[in-house]
Amino acid sequence: MIRPHRTHPLWYAYMAHRLSGLALVLFLPAHFYVLGLALTDMAAFDGFMTFASHPLVKLAEFGLVFLLAIHIFGGLRLLALEFLPWSAPQKTLAAATVAVAFLLSGTFFLQAV
Amino acid sequence: MEAAENTLEVSVWRGGEDGEYQTFQVPAQENQTILDVVSWIQQYADPTLTYRFACRVGMCGSCAMMVNGKPRWTCRTHVKKATEGADKIEIAPLRNLPVIKDLAADMDPFFDKWVKAGAVHHPTRTRDDAIETITPDEPGRVEAAKAIECINCSVCYAGCDTVANNPDYLGPAALQRAWTLYNDAKDADRQAILDNVSGVGGCHNCHTQGSCTMYCPNELDPLSAIAGLKRVTAQNFFKRKG
Amino acid sequence: MLDLRLYMAQRLSAMVMIPLTLGHLAVMIYAMRGGLTGGEILARTQGSLFWFLFYGTFVAAVSVHGAIGLRVIVHETFGTRGRALMLLTWGSCLVLFLMGARAVLAVTLA
Ligand code: FES
Repeated sequence: MIRPHRTHPLWYAYMAHRLSGLALVLFLPAHFYVLGLALTDMAAFDGFMTFASHPLVKLAEFGLVFLLAIHIFGGLRLLALEFLPWSAPQKTLAAATVAVAFLLSGTFFLQAV
Repeated sequence: MEAAENTLEVSVWRGGEDGEYQTFQVPAQENQTILDVVSWIQQYADPTLTYRFACRVGMCGSCAMMVNGKPRWTCRTHVKKATEGADKIEIAPLRNLPVIKDLAADMDPFFDKWVKAGAVHHPTRTRDDAIETITPDEPGRVEAAKAIECINCSVCYAGCDTVANNPDYLGPAALQRAWTLYNDAKDADRQAILDNVSGVGGCHNCHTQGSCTMYCPNELDPLSAIAGLKRVTAQNFFKRKG
Repeated sequence: MLDLRLYMAQRLSAMVMIPLTLGHLAVMIYAMRGGLTGGEILARTQGSLFWFLFYGTFVAAVSVHGAIGLRVIVHETFGTRGRALMLLTWGSCLVLFLMGARAVLAVTLA
């Protein structure tokens, strides 16, 4: 439900940060669980690693790295805004955030495929 | 009814929280503010319409409403600016505040938080002392000067989604006021100001959505003021621990 | 629903994680170039104090950061407050930390 008062870049940056953070925190337990398999069930762990080389899973991983990139650069933007006495136009920063996120995850994607 | 190009279709909120929109046809003028439109309805269509204004020149801060979904000071918002090309005007009471009736929102929570933010001056001198001289270009004075034009219209408060989602949050206007006082060299207890904005509803809840700065009719920058409070409280956090 | 202390915990854990995340990303890019097998990963990480500290710190920071983030989102979305909110914060922190600690042990202990 997008309301007119929200339609500006800083609000979108806030929502992107929130959604990527939420997705990451929900993903983490699954990630930890799989790694924990190495402790108890090596065969299952290896099985997962084979599964992880499937192109679809690779795509999902690309999504995760993308979320991580959004969240970390969005976070850097926030830290800069809050802790550095700032005057620079934030919109440029917000846009740069997305650009760098694309670049980083794109690099990862190209490397991985 | 007049021809369509000479009339505006205006939906106005009627009733309390559970009211609904009522549509009026209002004669269009070349030069017309949203407040003119609302006043025309009250004077010529329905005298029971409730709304609030006083100065009509953007000084008193009493006329703010939601216009086509955005918070505006209606006395200085042109119809053309508010519609942004749409052929309809929708006017509602300010968001994030209880509705009293029609377009009049209850401003009490807004001002209560103003008090809660503790933006009270703590004097360094008594009335018997000479007034302390502050030069206009002192850094603290320059920072304080940025926000003294606030007219308490609550436009920033209505535009903020953190206010909407977190009932304790003090909101942009009250926090900006605290930042202004913090920068006042004549304030004797700046730590008290910082403590007041460091609680459960304090400045640290701000998510930098920036709607406050975006919609402030006086082009003030509460977002930067809140960032200033965050910065100073964070620095003090270590100083006080250390 | 953040006071100064929670805010500081959130920002400090974030600052700790910035270099760790970039390091983690770099490792992943490096590892995936050669095709990733479980054995290969473990051969590098097991018995290494460095990776134990690296990922141990990471898990501690992310437990704090994730729990506080979740707390804010849940409070602002569902209006949860008081004891329920406190339980959620500490509970999610604990779950993240325990699961994460198990993963770190699995990957870095020989
Ligand atoms: S009527 Fe005074 S600010 Fe609009």
